[in-house]
Amino acid sequence: MDRLTTGELIPATALPARLLAHFSVPPSVCYQCRKCSAGCPLTFAMDLLPDTVIRLALLGQEETLLRCRTIWVCASCVTCTTRCPNGIDIAGVMDWLKEEALRRGVEGPQPEVATFHRYFLDSIRKGGGRLSETALMQRYTLFQLRRRPNLKELLRQLKLGWELFRRRRLRLFGPPALKGRQEIRAIFQKAGA
Amino acid sequence: MQVSYYPGCSLEGTAADYAASIAAVAPLVGVELVELEDWNCCGASAAHSINHELAVALPGRNLALARQRGLDVVVPCALCFNRLKAAEKEEAQGGREAARRVKIWDLLDFLTQETFLTQVSRRLAKPLTGLKAVAFYGCLSARPPQITDKQDWENPTAMDRLLEALGAEALDWSYKTDCCGAGLAVARPDIIDTLVGRLYERALAAGAECFVVSCQMCQANLDLTQSRISEKAGKRYYLPVLYFTELLGLALGHPEAAGWLARHLVDPRPLLTAKGLW
Ligand code: SF4
Ligand code: SF4
Ligand code: SF4
Repeated sequence: MDRLTTGELIPATALPARLLAHFSVPPSVCYQCRKCSAGCPLTFAMDLLPDTVIRLALLGQEETLLRCRTIWVCASCVTCTTRCPNGIDIAGVMDWLKEEALRRGVEGPQPEVATFHRYFLDSIRKGGGRLSETALMQRYTLFQLRRRPNLKELLRQLKLGWELFRRRRLRLFGPPALKGRQEIRAIFQKAGA
Repeated sequence: MQVSYYPGCSLEGTAADYAASIAAVAPLVGVELVELEDWNCCGASAAHSINHELAVALPGRNLALARQRGLDVVVPCALCFNRLKAAEKEEAQGGREAARRVKIWDLLDFLTQETFLTQVSRRLAKPLTGLKAVAFYGCLSARPPQITDKQDWENPTAMDRLLEALGAEALDWSYKTDCCGAGLAVARPDIIDTLVGRLYERALAAGAECFVVSCQMCQANLDLTQSRISEKAGKRYYLPVLYFTELLGLALGHPEAAGWLARHLVDPRPLLTAKGLW
């Protein structure tokens, strides 16, 4: 995959200021050792290496960052954060950027991932506090079919559903009603989800 | 011994097999799991990826429930464990120390405490002699140590020690804590094919006949995908993915073990039969 590099960039300050405030260890202590990228198992699917993300964030390159693929294919395995010699939460920066991209309505190159996350949270909210895996998968499968109809993939999904069903691993009814469902609703409302 | 138990959403659904083996095995070592009343979803990857506030508030409610109950809480899912710990750390950072503290345990760590291991090795009904396995710990039960409070995040050994206690052979390999990419399993299955395909190859290179896991997402991601990955790679992988609790039950002679194993997609029974463990 072609990768972008920092190249000749004009630094901007608005994004870094908010980013630095969000983390207890400010990403500005990065000395570019690239250990985060060296251990990242997902670099084969990324357009920016994790250390480049940190660099670009410090340089305020919002346009590039909020539209990149890397933040969405990061698997949140937290290897980078664990190994950074300066204690920077690189995985946390990835999450922060995803949230920011959605808040600003930026259409990224990997809408499937964002949609899946959104449906996941919707499903918890609608279910009153617990996830219904079945409802989530149905909704996501329909979304994918509308975007890119693929009979082979649909059949694969249906077969998997059947295999789980006959092993009593598919729950056909929604999750149980929780006593705390009002409390859960309030949590979602406050978080704007 | 009583502890609170936070199963998490998938143990009520696709990981019903894991749930059944946990429920069966705990009493065998004298543990009573008391399900945390009214628990809610921890928000998983979705919440921490796109809504930080929810990612803290959802597990925060569970933490409050656990504190009310006053018992240490045991969590089988690596991600739920991680989210509960993260919520705890974030509270502490905000200066909101809880009056009543409970310890959050990863189920694997909890069940492999020295006292349980000694008990287990004394009571083996069917030692798993000759079974060659690699322990796969995944990402989030160990990482990041700032959250999980673990000491051995690069080379955990709890599952290996358990396997040895059960009489199996726990093979050494370098991919114990590599990511299987479970969070992307639905949205980017092609990425899983690469990550999990690599794990199959590495496990085989180590001489393994099966994987042993402690996380239902790892299990699903290595098991449900095996036919697809085999097809794509033009290979015929046969690597059953067992929960450590299933092997524990099997070795201690639990009568229901056959039932749990029959619920995997890659059927472990031919392997176990060939090893005379069935
Ligand atoms: S590991 Fe830390 S210091 Fe090194 S490049 Fe990555 S973020 Fe910077
Ligand atoms: S958390 Fe994301 S960026 Fe960090 S190592 Fe894992 S996949 Fe790479
Ligand atoms: S290994 Fe896979 S399923 Fe397990 S914790 Fe990591 S991403 Fe999650």
